[in-house]
Amino acid sequence: MTWSEMEPLLTRGTYDTLYMVLWSTVVTVVGGLPLGVLLVLTDKGGLLQNRPFNRVLGVVVNIGRSMPFIILLIWLIPVTEWVIGLLTGVPTYIGPTAMIVPLSIGAIPFFARLVETAVREVDHGLVEAAQAMGGGIPTIVWKVLLPQSLPSLISGLTTTLIALIGYSALAGAVGGEGLGSLAITHGYQRFEGEFMLATVVVLVVIVTAVQLIGDGAVRLLARRGRAA
Amino acid sequence: MITTSGLTKVYQSRGREVTALDGVDLHVREGEVFGVLGQSGAGKSSLIRCVNLLERPTTGIVTVDGVDLTALAGRGRRAGKELRRARSRIGMVFQHFNLLSSRTVQDNVELPLEILGVSGRERRTRALELLDLVGLADKANAYPGQLSGGQKQRVGIARALAGNPKVLLSDEATSALDPETTRSILQLLRDLNQELGLTVLLITHEMDVVKTVCDSAALMKKGRVVESGTVSELLATPGSELAAELFPVSGLASGPDRTVLDVTFRGEAATQPVISQLSRTYNIDISILGAAMDTVGGRQIGRMRIELPGRYEENVVPVGFLREQGLQVDVVDDAAEVVAEAELIKDGAQ
Repeated sequence: MTWSEMEPLLTRGTYDTLYMVLWSTVVTVVGGLPLGVLLVLTDKGGLLQNRPFNRVLGVVVNIGRSMPFIILLIWLIPVTEWVIGLLTGVPTYIGPTAMIVPLSIGAIPFFARLVETAVREVDHGLVEAAQAMGGGIPTIVWKVLLPQSLPSLISGLTTTLIALIGYSALAGAVGGEGLGSLAITHGYQRFEGEFMLATVVVLVVIVTAVQLIGDGAVRLLARRGRAA
Repeated sequence: MITTSGLTKVYQSRGREVTALDGVDLHVREGEVFGVLGQSGAGKSSLIRCVNLLERPTTGIVTVDGVDLTALAGRGRRAGKELRRARSRIGMVFQHFNLLSSRTVQDNVELPLEILGVSGRERRTRALELLDLVGLADKANAYPGQLSGGQKQRVGIARALAGNPKVLLSDEATSALDPETTRSILQLLRDLNQELGLTVLLITHEMDVVKTVCDSAALMKKGRVVESGTVSELLATPGSELAAELFPVSGLASGPDRTVLDVTFRGEAATQPVISQLSRTYNIDISILGAAMDTVGGRQIGRMRIELPGRYEENVVPVGFLREQGLQVDVVDDAAEVVAEAELIKDGAQ
């Protein structure tokens, strides 16, 4: 296989991977952030302490976390079809758009735990100070907990993004498009070793870029807070 | 301005009950600086947190500026709207400053104004005004991480004043600061108290803080207020522990046939040279065993322990002279003194 043959496939595959990963990241943040915050707020001593709710939420998140993604992917096929049918009118579990559903559902519990850890680390004294000023729970969440944990949140988001890139490669196994699917169909099934290598290189480049950008952002945020 | 009555706070901890406050009645008058002194674990922290209901008292009533906060509290852990509004009228400063490291100094001061819904431009003006008031006008765009401890506490104070409070609660505000910075922060609190008519309730474990800024003080032990009053009232109370700690005098008679007196100076009498007058008038030698004098609120105040030759019966006339000068004179009974000192040592050891 020559480079001119590989290039359009790789370009398309990279585009599909980024498309799946970025959209599932958006959905993961929208779903995982409130979940993580709720895990902290409803915990013992939290502002919305509710032990039963907290425990149920914790169990659900743990189930999501412990499920191997490939199993989740297959189990979720009917759910994916239903959601995509609802959104586009054409029920399907094939294609990059459909893959956003299992990818997000797989990543939300993961990200929620990272959010929980980050938010829990915010000094309780800051919450107390905001309360003493007359701040309610929305104020405390939006003006204290989230801004104060932003560096950890960004770092958690980086980890989640990279996990999603890994998951998205798996998605190729059940009809997703993207680099993972190319590696399986061309590299593995047709024994095109060079092509396999090329997809791996592209994935490494993407992951490295994400990590560098994430680390850079964290460092930038951390510097303004701690500079002596 | 601040009144608590019958305040109790009981914590449940692994099935055990811990009583942090055991029926606290406190009265802080408008415009005064009131210090609550006590060792750690005495309940000071619970007390100050109950005043703005960061901690919900188990029983009892808290009134601030005529508003019964306990009645606003509602049920459950969440603070209702009215309680939150009342809190925004009570400033609070903390031992560890509790500034948001993610915000600039100015944005930190603006936070309470954001909560109050003040518009952007007004917030800015007010924040800069407050920073100027605490002497940090040039640090508006710095981050808390770039400031020293004393500067951080100044930001904390500016922030606490943003909502134009009538009352300022200070939770060990100087305990994390070095002595010099402590003095400058206390001076700032004193200035604010005088310029803005701010009522200040502060808790501390440092006697010096009470001595430097407080008009009144209370001593807490095991969740109870054991003594309370203005500094001058406390000084006038025989056997007052607070007075003894504020103005510690010690020293025992150098031999039998001696009279040891504690002379308390306050008000006008403190400015008179009474000791030398006493010595000249009755031609007696007076030795000073110990003295603790200080200027509180611009007036000399303190105690002195002196020894006169002869038994008490022989010294009735000089003692009468001192009392005539408006001084409070307590005769120190050696036996009682030994017991009292032993107790102090025991307290210290605990």
